[in-house]
Amino acid sequence: MSTVQVKVAPKKYDAVIVGSGAGGGMAAYVLAKAGLKVCLLEAGPDYDPAKNSSQLKNPWESPRRGASTKMRPFGDFDASFWGWEIDGEPYTQTKGSDKFEWWRARMVGGRTNHWGRISLRFGPKDFKRRSIDGLGDDWPIGYEDVKPYYDKIDQLIGVYGTNEGLENDPDGIFLPPPKPRLHELMFKKAATGINIPVIPSRLSILTKKINDERGVCFYCGQCNRSCKVYGDFSSSSVLVKPAIMTGNVDLITGAMAREVITDREGKAVGVSYVNKNDKQEYQINAKVVILGASTCETARLLLNSKSQKHPNGLANSSGVVGHYLHDSTGAAMGGVIPSLFGRKRYNEDGVGGMHVYTPWWLDNKKLDFPRGYHIEYWGGMSQPNYGFGMGMQGMNGKFQVNGQTKEEGGYGASLKEDVRFFYGASVGMGGRGEGIPDFKNHCKIDPDVVDKYGIPVLNFDCKNSDYEIKQAKHMKETFREIMHEMGAVITWGDQDDASNNYGLSNPGNIIHEAGTVRMGNDKKTSALNAWGQAHDCNNLFCVDGSVFTSQADKNITWTILALSMRTSEYILDQLKKQNI
Amino acid sequence: MDRRNSIKALFFTSFSASVLMAMAKDPKTTVALDSDRMQEEKDYLAKIKAGPKFFDLHEMATIKVLADIIMPKDKVSGSASEAKVPDFIEFIVKDMPEHQVPVRGGLKWLDRHSNNKHSKQFVACTPAEQIGIVDEIAYPKKAKPEVSQGVSFFNKMRDLVTTGFYTSEIGVKDLGYMGNVPNQWNGVPAEVLKQYGLAYTDKENKECISY
Repeated sequence: MSTVQVKVAPKKYDAVIVGSGAGGGMAAYVLAKAGLKVCLLEAGPDYDPAKNSSQLKNPWESPRRGASTKMRPFGDFDASFWGWEIDGEPYTQTKGSDKFEWWRARMVGGRTNHWGRISLRFGPKDFKRRSIDGLGDDWPIGYEDVKPYYDKIDQLIGVYGTNEGLENDPDGIFLPPPKPRLHELMFKKAATGINIPVIPSRLSILTKKINDERGVCFYCGQCNRSCKVYGDFSSSSVLVKPAIMTGNVDLITGAMAREVITDREGKAVGVSYVNKNDKQEYQINAKVVILGASTCETARLLLNSKSQKHPNGLANSSGVVGHYLHDSTGAAMGGVIPSLFGRKRYNEDGVGGMHVYTPWWLDNKKLDFPRGYHIEYWGGMSQPNYGFGMGMQGMNGKFQVNGQTKEEGGYGASLKEDVRFFYGASVGMGGRGEGIPDFKNHCKIDPDVVDKYGIPVLNFDCKNSDYEIKQAKHMKETFREIMHEMGAVITWGDQDDASNNYGLSNPGNIIHEAGTVRMGNDKKTSALNAWGQAHDCNNLFCVDGSVFTSQADKNITWTILALSMRTSEYILDQLKKQNI
Repeated sequence: MDRRNSIKALFFTSFSASVLMAMAKDPKTTVALDSDRMQEEKDYLAKIKAGPKFFDLHEMATIKVLADIIMPKDKVSGSASEAKVPDFIEFIVKDMPEHQVPVRGGLKWLDRHSNNKHSKQFVACTPAEQIGIVDEIAYPKKAKPEVSQGVSFFNKMRDLVTTGFYTSEIGVKDLGYMGNVPNQWNGVPAEVLKQYGLAYTDKENKECISY
């Protein structure tokens, strides 16, 4: 009888990192630059935007004209390899829960290759929410602990924006923002007219040169495809590539992490993984194990790493690993601006995202829901892709076309006229808000199901609460007001009501999930200390969204990056002091 | 502009692009057109391409006639068949199998309806007869209840043909989409701002990047 041979790599590294996205990429960058020998494990293939981006492809260069597939859920040109589903890697749902949607980007750089580049600092209040409204928990750190790292990554990575002096949307070290587009000026005029602020967005896109390794934005509006000249932030191009250039990093792609291996004392010794190419089991040993596999994948890895010393899974004597899972909330609405019908053509691509946005502007003490949201705006004369021009029968009977009333539907030269006339008049907006972390909302190991590598999979049990639902209701009311002020006609998103939670997205759908391996001062109620170091295992660290004690009304990537840098510098310090 | 020319334009317009410059100098790094695809996608596409055609010759002929009725040549641009929309429809029903039954069944419905009216299949009808049938099903609010399935079919064909046309090279040019090329965004053109009675604030003019 043959036994499964785990091939242990002979080289002992200073650190093994699982995952090459924002968290793992930053850890690799900081440690490698400091001279540590690092092994970086990535479950997907290698990816370099300079070589592998779909940037500047035309719609007809995709046989499906940019439509989505299971392998590219955000469209054929989007940079993310895989998304909601991966062949052979299932996840399951607890009956009666809201269906949690789990995005997994399998590639070097992970989701940062396609993200919206919205790079918002958490504010002072965001770290201390329990002290303000009694819900969730305070972080064990405050804004003042993270600020120096935000400052560093602003300069290292580059972000545009403006200093507005807002209390909970801190100023930063910004590059100049692009001017608003036409529909953005209209949004701004309408919203500010009803006391909703609209300010320049804060995106990690280079409007000016910051170093010789990266190009400058040339306004193709396609950041989600990843940038060939590295004009925006992707972990692959901005962190992993320079980390590898130091000569201190061995990157292993196609490495599906199975388990963190611990010794008899319970200390981490390394990580075992399945090589997707030869299906064999390997093990990388290191002084320090760093997990940046993504919020849920990191929790899965810990829960699957059971040993005599860690019978509940690694770093889980508290029983919180997998719990407090929460995503940003989301709801949206869209319509058309009749004054934009038949508009003059010019290149309006701009950057790959909004040029303006609305930070949270109200006081929750005066509202019936506890946390805020920000508003993102979109519209404009964008590149037509699959789906463009569909549903004309819902438009051309409703609005006059070049002064003519038409019967809805139709065909021929008249239909061509309609498509041209309505082009560039659609607008929309989405709210992205803060949900409340709740112990009940969690992922756990499914006792019955394994993936194709034989690794037990996650089961999700998450539900939106009244806090999130009332927030979505408020979003819809706000959107309706702004659309009205703007003279827009709402064409979708207006029918939502209590029966569908006011169009509130399922948890996971906004792809900002966090909280599964949260930090805290009390080891009975948290898995990590204030440095992202496991209470139960001092040479194990987490550097992704899993470490968050709570979300904010901000996207989480900038904070993942700042915390990962902070944790990495702490690791350097602790290794130097021989504490770990 | 094709992709290669666009990339060239990146250099000519001298946007800082040292990474690409370095790559361009190195013949080993010539980038294949499908270098943005992962292996699973290449395998899937190869399988579709190697597989049998979905539509038979008669169905394709009908699709072509319908497509050119929906998007004909006009003074701005060419026709759906010139834009190879029928080929797109053949591909997309294989890529999105949910379209297969509605399109195939709808084509059959159309021939049966045509046969009942004119004792011949749709493609064999005169152009005037074809337009007569299309007029029955092209206007959802006006259409008689007995042709409701035809209306649904035509809605689907209008969608597929319109989207196929306006995502083709001919269609994108027709639309006047001017992006997808290296650019320097300097704000909304002055005459457009004026048209809409809008202006940039002093703060915006001062803080925003301008070229």
